[in-house]
Amino acid sequence: MIAIIDYDAGNLTSVARAVSHLGFSCVVTRDQKVIQRAERIIFPGVGAAGAAMMSLTRLGLDQSLEAAFETGIPILGICLGTQVILGHSEENDTPCMGIIPGEVRAFPGDLRTENGQRLKIPHMGWNRVHLKKPHPLLADIQETDEFYFVHGYYPVPADPKWVVGETDYGVSFASAMGKNNLFATQFHPEKSGRPGLSILRRFCVWDGTWEKGTC
Amino acid sequence: MGKRDMLSKRIIPCLDVRDGKTTKGIRFKENVDIGDPVDMARQYYETGADEIVFYDITASHEKRNIMIEVVRRVAETIFIPFSVGGGIRSVEDMRAVLLAGAEKVSVNSAAVRDPSVISKGAAAFGSQCIVLGMDILHVGEKPGIPSGYEIVIDGGRTPMGMDALQWARDGERLGAGEICLNAIDADGTREGYELTLTAMISEAVGIPVIASGGAGEPGHLVDVLTRGKADAALIASMVHYGTHTIPEIKDYLDRRGIKVRKTW
Repeated sequence: MIAIIDYDAGNLTSVARAVSHLGFSCVVTRDQKVIQRAERIIFPGVGAAGAAMMSLTRLGLDQSLEAAFETGIPILGICLGTQVILGHSEENDTPCMGIIPGEVRAFPGDLRTENGQRLKIPHMGWNRVHLKKPHPLLADIQETDEFYFVHGYYPVPADPKWVVGETDYGVSFASAMGKNNLFATQFHPEKSGRPGLSILRRFCVWDGTWEKGTC
Repeated sequence: MGKRDMLSKRIIPCLDVRDGKTTKGIRFKENVDIGDPVDMARQYYETGADEIVFYDITASHEKRNIMIEVVRRVAETIFIPFSVGGGIRSVEDMRAVLLAGAEKVSVNSAAVRDPSVISKGAAAFGSQCIVLGMDILHVGEKPGIPSGYEIVIDGGRTPMGMDALQWARDGERLGAGEICLNAIDADGTREGYELTLTAMISEAVGIPVIASGGAGEPGHLVDVLTRGKADAALIASMVHYGTHTIPEIKDYLDRRGIKVRKTW
């Protein structure tokens, strides 16, 4: 069973629909016991980091996630779920979980293209992910594939060894990260058509291993 | 910064839905049914639409549950973002559509009557969920309408004496995450988007702007995505009747240096 973590952070039904569409069973839950027994965990989220961390700690789910990470359960972070996995977010100046050390920064408000056109914030729409290293969940992904993003803050992991893919939007940022049994994306695989669904499908059968011993 | 640093421009088919059927009219009148919205959404999803907009033009508020059922079926069928507008009056209306599986809701007339519906929606669901739809008529500069573009509501029937440029700025300040401009003069004509209006508003706000109304050929999209400075373009008749396809439009844009998503 795949547990999709419910912590009052936005639209969780779309992740559940995508997983069901792929033929896997999942449950949207905030029950620590259910999460403890899960074979895999998806940690999505849309919203603000401050409110998200408050919900997570109130429900004790930050500890459930950390425990699951330590025991090697495959975990997929998505968007805000990915951001609160890092150590700190500039959004609401929020201390976060720190499973991947690093921080989450706001896009500068004055980003422009070389011909002077204003880059709108949030970064909303389709963009590429430049692969930095192979990862089993990205085995089907090609350089020209694009993914759906919607966010005003971006992850900056402390060590580049956790960066699996990068995306450019005025700045270059880590749009896919991996650490042992944890894989985390800034984009929404559940809303990214075929390439996004292929990542979800691979996650639903992933054993959590990746370059054992190197990270 | 080169082309690789840019977001792809979004090509967004728009389906007007009445009593659960896709319909199409000219300047908001003379509607005829043209298909099943779920089948059409699947077809556009499979041929490279970047997003889909559903606009519920069902006359009666009591029949809204028909649209909610359409949204639920669409959400099980396509795995790209889609938004739903038309008849959204309250946070409760928004919640129903979002829970049924839409990414975004679009508010239009209700926000003109009560702008706080934008801020309440943004507070409840996040700005990224709230699209401000604006129906706009070119009236020329006059007192109270310095931009020359006026807001109309009720499907284009009621002029409100509100300046479109000012309303766009107000909408952003209230928490809208995106603006969709419906140029009433151009809607259904297939003669091209309202470029002056689109560029003016896109430059004035820091949130993405979707251009709508008037698309008839791929060149019109080139115009609105370059000179019109739009972040996304809505299309309807040009694809609904098979005159053009999304892959063909994207190929046309790509060959003219406009970044679009080419694999799906």
